[in-house]
Amino acid sequence: MNPAFSVIFLTTLLGTGQGLFLALFVIEARVAAGLLAAPSAAFYPLGAAIVVLLLATGLLASFFHLGHPERAWRAAAMWRTSWLSREVIALPAFMAAAAVYGWAHWQGWQGTLLIGVAGAVLCLLLFLCTAMIYACIKFLQEWATPLTLVNFMLLGCASGVTLAAALAALRGEPNVPELAAWAAAFTVAGLVARLASLWRNARLKPRSNLQTAIGIKHPRIVQKAQGFMGGSFNTREFFHGRAPGTLRSVKWLFIAAAFLLPLALLAAGMAVDSPALLAAAFAVQYAGLVAERWFFFAQANHPQNLYYQAVS
Amino acid sequence: MSNPVHDPLSKDLDAGSRIEVKNTTCYMCACRCGIRVTLRDGEVRYIQGNPDHPLNKGVICAKGSSGIMKQYSPARLTKPLLRKPGAARGDNAFEEISWDKAFGIMEERLGEIRATDPKKFALFTGRDQMQALTGLFAKQYGTPNYAAHGGFCSVNMAAGMIYTIGGSFWEFGGPDLDRAKLFVMIGTAEDHHSNPLKMALSKFKRQGGKFISINPVRTGYSAIADEWIPIKPGTDGALFLALISEIITQGLYDRDFLVQYSNAAELVNMDPASSEYGMLVRFEVPPEEGCFDPQNKLWWDRELNKAISTHTPGADPYLLGEFTLDDGTPVKPAFQLLVDRVRQYSADWASKITGIPTATIKRLAHEMGITARDEKIELPIPWTDAWGNEHESVTGNPVAFHAMRGLAAHSNGFQTIRALSILMSILGTIDRPGGFRHKAPFPRPIPPCAKTPSGPQGVQPNTPLDGMPLGWPADPDDLFVDERGEPVRIDKAFSWEYPLSVHGLMHNAITNAWRGDPYKIDTLLIFMANMAWNSSMNTSEVRKMLNDKDENGEYKIPFLIVADAFQSEMVAYADLVLPDTTYLERHDCMSMLDRPISEYDGPVDSVRIPVVPPTGQCKPFQEVLIELGSRLKLPAFTREDGNRKFRDYPDFVVNYETTPGSGIGFLAGWRGKGGEKFMQGEPNPRQWEMYEKNNCVFHYELPRSYQYMRNWNQGYLEWAKRHSLTRYAEPINVHIYSEVLQKFRLAAQGKSDGKQPPERLRKRVETHFDPLPFYSQPLESQVSDLHRYPLNAITQRPMAMYHSWDSQNAWLRQIHTYNFLYVNSRTAREAGIDDGAWMWVESMHGKVRCLCRHSETVEPGTVWTWNAIGKASGAWGLDSDANESQQGFLLNHVISEELPPSADGDHISNSDPVTGQAGWYDVHVRIYPADAGEPAQTFPQFDPLHEVPGQAQEKKRGRWLTYFAGRRKA
Amino acid sequence: MKQLALVIDLNVCVGCHACVTSCKEWNTSGTAGYMADMNPFSRDPTGTFFNRVQTFEVGAFPNAETVHFPKSCLHCEDPPCVPVCPTGASYKRDEDGIVLVDYDKCIGCKYCSWACPYGVRELDEHQKVMKKCTLCVDRIYDAKLPEAERKPACVLACPTSARLYGDIHDEESVVSKAIREAAGYTLMPEWGTQPANHYLPRRKTEMRIHEDELERADNPLKIDGRLPKPGVRDPSLDDVTSW
Ligand SMILES: Nc1nc2c(c(=O)[nH]1)N[C@H]1C(S)=C(S)[C@@H](COP(=O)(O)OP(=O)(O)OC[C@H]3O[C@@H](n4cnc5c(=O)[nH]c(N)nc54)[C@H](O)[C@@H]3O)O[C@H]1N2
Ligand SMILES: Nc1nc2c(c(=O)[nH]1)N[C@H]1C(S)=C(S)[C@@H](COP(=O)(O)OP(=O)(O)OC[C@H]3O[C@@H](n4cnc5c(=O)[nH]c(N)nc54)[C@H](O)[C@@H]3O)O[C@H]1N2
Ligand code: SF4
Ligand code: SF4
Ligand code: SF4
Ligand code: SF4
Ligand code: SF4
Ligand SMILES: [Mo]
Repeated sequence: MNPAFSVIFLTTLLGTGQGLFLALFVIEARVAAGLLAAPSAAFYPLGAAIVVLLLATGLLASFFHLGHPERAWRAAAMWRTSWLSREVIALPAFMAAAAVYGWAHWQGWQGTLLIGVAGAVLCLLLFLCTAMIYACIKFLQEWATPLTLVNFMLLGCASGVTLAAALAALRGEPNVPELAAWAAAFTVAGLVARLASLWRNARLKPRSNLQTAIGIKHPRIVQKAQGFMGGSFNTREFFHGRAPGTLRSVKWLFIAAAFLLPLALLAAGMAVDSPALLAAAFAVQYAGLVAERWFFFAQANHPQNLYYQAVS
Repeated sequence: MSNPVHDPLSKDLDAGSRIEVKNTTCYMCACRCGIRVTLRDGEVRYIQGNPDHPLNKGVICAKGSSGIMKQYSPARLTKPLLRKPGAARGDNAFEEISWDKAFGIMEERLGEIRATDPKKFALFTGRDQMQALTGLFAKQYGTPNYAAHGGFCSVNMAAGMIYTIGGSFWEFGGPDLDRAKLFVMIGTAEDHHSNPLKMALSKFKRQGGKFISINPVRTGYSAIADEWIPIKPGTDGALFLALISEIITQGLYDRDFLVQYSNAAELVNMDPASSEYGMLVRFEVPPEEGCFDPQNKLWWDRELNKAISTHTPGADPYLLGEFTLDDGTPVKPAFQLLVDRVRQYSADWASKITGIPTATIKRLAHEMGITARDEKIELPIPWTDAWGNEHESVTGNPVAFHAMRGLAAHSNGFQTIRALSILMSILGTIDRPGGFRHKAPFPRPIPPCAKTPSGPQGVQPNTPLDGMPLGWPADPDDLFVDERGEPVRIDKAFSWEYPLSVHGLMHNAITNAWRGDPYKIDTLLIFMANMAWNSSMNTSEVRKMLNDKDENGEYKIPFLIVADAFQSEMVAYADLVLPDTTYLERHDCMSMLDRPISEYDGPVDSVRIPVVPPTGQCKPFQEVLIELGSRLKLPAFTREDGNRKFRDYPDFVVNYETTPGSGIGFLAGWRGKGGEKFMQGEPNPRQWEMYEKNNCVFHYELPRSYQYMRNWNQGYLEWAKRHSLTRYAEPINVHIYSEVLQKFRLAAQGKSDGKQPPERLRKRVETHFDPLPFYSQPLESQVSDLHRYPLNAITQRPMAMYHSWDSQNAWLRQIHTYNFLYVNSRTAREAGIDDGAWMWVESMHGKVRCLCRHSETVEPGTVWTWNAIGKASGAWGLDSDANESQQGFLLNHVISEELPPSADGDHISNSDPVTGQAGWYDVHVRIYPADAGEPAQTFPQFDPLHEVPGQAQEKKRGRWLTYFAGRRKA
Repeated sequence: MKQLALVIDLNVCVGCHACVTSCKEWNTSGTAGYMADMNPFSRDPTGTFFNRVQTFEVGAFPNAETVHFPKSCLHCEDPPCVPVCPTGASYKRDEDGIVLVDYDKCIGCKYCSWACPYGVRELDEHQKVMKKCTLCVDRIYDAKLPEAERKPACVLACPTSARLYGDIHDEESVVSKAIREAAGYTLMPEWGTQPANHYLPRRKTEMRIHEDELERADNPLKIDGRLPKPGVRDPSLDDVTSW
């Protein structure tokens, strides 16, 4: 697929927002259970505001993906069948929950935890919807795996929790070590899961081939013409047009930037007690995730590409 | 689910709009299908095949369906243009002028030339379909220098077959796939009769027929062939001769057919001392009149064992043997000579030349012969032959052939096509069901009657030409040469260099005029031919010639008029540009006097009727000729009182008669005062209306008994005579043995009294005017260094493009935006050229840098590309960096219009020595990779052309094209 | 229930592209129109088409085939492109199984195109909505057209009648017959999309020649006395035996 930056930002920003929200909620829950020291009163509303901001930015990015953003409201119609439609519902719902959650904290309302529970459920649903948009397309074999869901969740959590840790550190909140530890744990888990999906995808046997695509059983079939020479939607949307070498570089880049470097920065940040290093960990990780998402799209080999191999 | 907001069924897009539906005839190519054009608010909404049209029966092709984009193309010329003073030809710098001024310039110039030396005006036309009018104009003007594109297109196909069977493929006849069981297609990619052939092919395949394609390349029709036989280009003659040989050896020929309907059994004088050597023996020698074969030849009767008059009732001649006439003259049946000839041509021999395995050649011969013999068709159609014998039925041998430029466009094509015609004849497949079928006005006598003047005296000031500009020489005395035997025409047609160049040699007109050999001309009018690009061989050089000046600073070709509808490469070289209409804007006729669209079952002609008004100042070229003819007071266009005879072209078509009162005019249908006659009859003032009512076609279906065996069908021949299709109702026997050729050979040998070739050409004429087919390498191959240039380079017609003129078409150009050179994968790898890489293809004449595409469907010794996809930068209304000019290329840069000059510096065309057919596909090349540092761009490149005034008038070109017909935009 | 479809006969398709441009021509001024073209007269022209004809080479020289392969929306019976569409713009008609896009609902999210394995949906880059073959729904039900012309534009155009059109659920239809009798197949059956459009494979006609067909009693060489037969002086058993 040809990675679209609108979608890359949508998914990565959403993931981070969702991870951050979950971090806030879990802190609150554990504080309530007396397992953690309570952060300052402004921490939750500020965190929630950042969540909403991330989600809104993601949403905004997604509009750039649409040919007719003014009709975006229509996209909620098909929630019975379409994960995209479900996402379109889940996202504002979750945004609302996050906003209410932050507002409630700001106003000092009671029952923020309950709102948090609702938000967390919506958050998980949103993870599900977003991931399923990709995972449900069965012939995009690189995506059609539970690992897609796992990755979306783990990577979202990793970046969100890293952000939470950085935020806490910058504000001098307590619980920074816990958050950093969680961030590291998610990052490691994300790395494992992502490596698992890389390993899986490298071994994928495409179910479709030229033989099934055109229905001719012959070992040697070569396309000579695809019916046009100046490109079409089918060549623009589904081909990244980059050399395999570029893909490989991006892969190593994101393994380093999304996982290894943040881990190192997290460790260093905790060792020398530097909020700046934690902030750097988040920045690097987010950039790494952008690369990861680019790779996620680029690596997906659509069976339609079988029909668009050669021009002449 | 909820209701659609955009419901495609509830919205009537036509509501409130003016919808008109009009029939006319397509001219996105020369196939000339019937089309139905729907207009919405005066804009073309839909062009479909006319279901009621006999030719295409409702189907249409990619080009025809894209007519809208031609009509509204940004390349359209809309104003008469005069080259800007000071601007060079090729600069494309023009100023707009009025038609009045344009006519004034032409009237003065052409009037002056006509009054002094009319041959200094030359008129050459390309893919035009109005040779009836352009030819008439040239004749009336008095210039011999007229021809259409036939000479560089497929004259070999026309001449080779017409001189053998009295008809041809091309528009003159074709394969009867309705009834054939075996179909062999040779050297055809797309062809003229494209939609009908496609329809017939699929029907044929679905009926279970076997389709064999013989072609170095497998594209187009060949894709669906049951068997593809790759062959080395230029070697088909060897294959056919071997097939003939094998078929004769196995006794698989149709003996009866040959005896009755060909000259196979006729006796040939074998006395080398006789002036009649190699001629058919005649039992009486009255002065021969007319253009038909008199029935005064001899057979050797098996019963009586003596010579008797051919077709003597009850006679049964020998086809084989040698005999001695009473006067001691040794004679042989012509067929024996054929057998003697082909004995040397074994399948083994042909295999080495063609690259086709021996076993395949033999199998092919057997499949043809056995199908012809064992699958005989018998139709219960009684008919009477030309000798008065009545037949209960029409029979046929269902082996059909079709061939085109793969045979024609080689300099050995004439003899190759003779061989094919003979192969078809020995299988007994001429104008019989399941075989080859003629289309009216064919069959014609061998050769047809029309003749050019026979010398310079035929060209006189202020006088129409004394003869036709193009004709069919029957013997050396018919040649159009001066007393030294040298050419009278600028293209040297009908001279000893190319005696049977029945369609002229347009491909040499510019080179000859530039060189002043045989003389200089003044004005060259080019109509509908892109001679500065794809219609010229040696394009880069021809472009220089067009712009070349003599020592006085005058252009070597002083005045160039170009009549075109679009901003082609040629337009840039014009001094005067005449903007033509498109096919949707004008009246036209596909006349019986030219090449009509006849069907096997009878004559068909058709017309075009405007469906939209002309754009800008566009004027139909027909109107230009009528106007010019009237101004120049050419007799056919002027009354006794000197006033113009015809108001306009439609008026001309209705009222013009070949000679006053002849009743023969441009259109055959609805003649006579009230439209009650056809073929011949007085002018009918309502003729156009009647055509319009009848889908723009006239189709006369012959009675069934006249539909077959027309060369020898008394009923048909008399019908044709009665309806003035022919002058004589004489049988047209197949020339297995060609006396016509022998006459030229005798002249070359100095054995006859008439015109003699110049010394330098004697050997050439003697060799190539062999009365029996033979195989020789194409001329260029004979003079090429085949070690240095080991590969053949050829082109194919893409189905979705017509020559150069569809790159302006926004839809079609998306299908063929640029072109690759296709090279057999192994050959490419051996040359170190990667798939998709830049490479060079080089001949002894020039070289081109292009993109390579590996392919498995091309014979390893051949490289090929699509024809005329590459464009000059900025032409055709395209941006200067459009793919067509940057990645597309024209193979013509490596093809030459002339062979390397002889030791004496003589120039001779790269053409068939018999017909002057351009040897497009003879070129030999080598290939090698382009260096890494070279620009990723085709070579050669030319300075980008700019738009000309008035080009594409109202059309603003932008990044988007959002065509929607009608006022109420989508 | 009706399922309209095209059946494409690769045995006769010559790759002429008539179906491509006739489709474009009909649809650009039809309810699916316009069909925008970008860079129409400059570098890399590209436009919206509902139907494309592709070319494949099968096998190696000299046993190589050129296969022309037209492809448009296959109107899948279980179309994966429909349920994924968030707006309901993509839908399959109950009455005839045609899969359509509602251009006024479509938000141009391209998601349906991702969900089509066949690469037949094309975003109109000017109108920013998804488009694809409509099976000429605005022709086939147009009562203003003569009965015989209520067929898709590409079907009417196709010179080899390689494009058959009809209801594949009707056993008696030309398309069902063709699928049955000529081994019609669908593309990428592995995904279970059940394309309604089918393809008919290449079929080869071969000729069999029996040895005894070559030379027969009616061989014309015999008439002219030239059938190879030994001369009187050629060696024979008579020279060497004495019984
Ligand atoms: N390498 C190579 N070259 C070849 C061939 C080949 O096989 N290989 N084939 C040769 C053959 S057979 C042919 S016939 C020629 C064809 O070559 P041409 O006859 O030259 O064909 P085009 O270049 O398409 O068109 C000629 C001109 O007609 C103009 N035209 C189109 N429509 C109209 C109209 O309605 N009115 C007027 N006045 N002009 C119009 C076009 O703008 C163009 O400039 O090419 C020859 N060139
Ligand atoms: N779509 C479309 N249709 C056209 C035209 C067009 O430009 N576009 N042009 C029209 C014109 S003007 C013409 S003249 C006709 C020409 O119609 P065709 O004769 O069909 O056209 P070409 O493409 O010249 O085809 C030549 C074929 O012969 C093959 N060939 C070349 N050399 C040899 C050989 O030595 N032996 C054999 N056996 N095969 C050989 C080539 O591979 C090619 O397939 O088409 C007409 N129809
Ligand atoms: S074959 Fe030629 S005449 Fe017929 S529709 Fe196509 S372009 Fe027009
Ligand atoms: S072919 Fe593609 S677009 Fe058409 S119905 Fe099937 S999945 Fe949908
Ligand atoms: S692009 Fe249009 S039709 Fe396709 S999924 Fe999106 S809204 Fe539906
Ligand atoms: S059915 Fe109509 S829309 Fe579909 S490909 Fe054919 S012409 Fe185009
Ligand atoms: S119109 Fe018919 S023959 Fe031509 S490409 Fe389309 S399906 Fe094939
Ligand atoms: Mo031609």
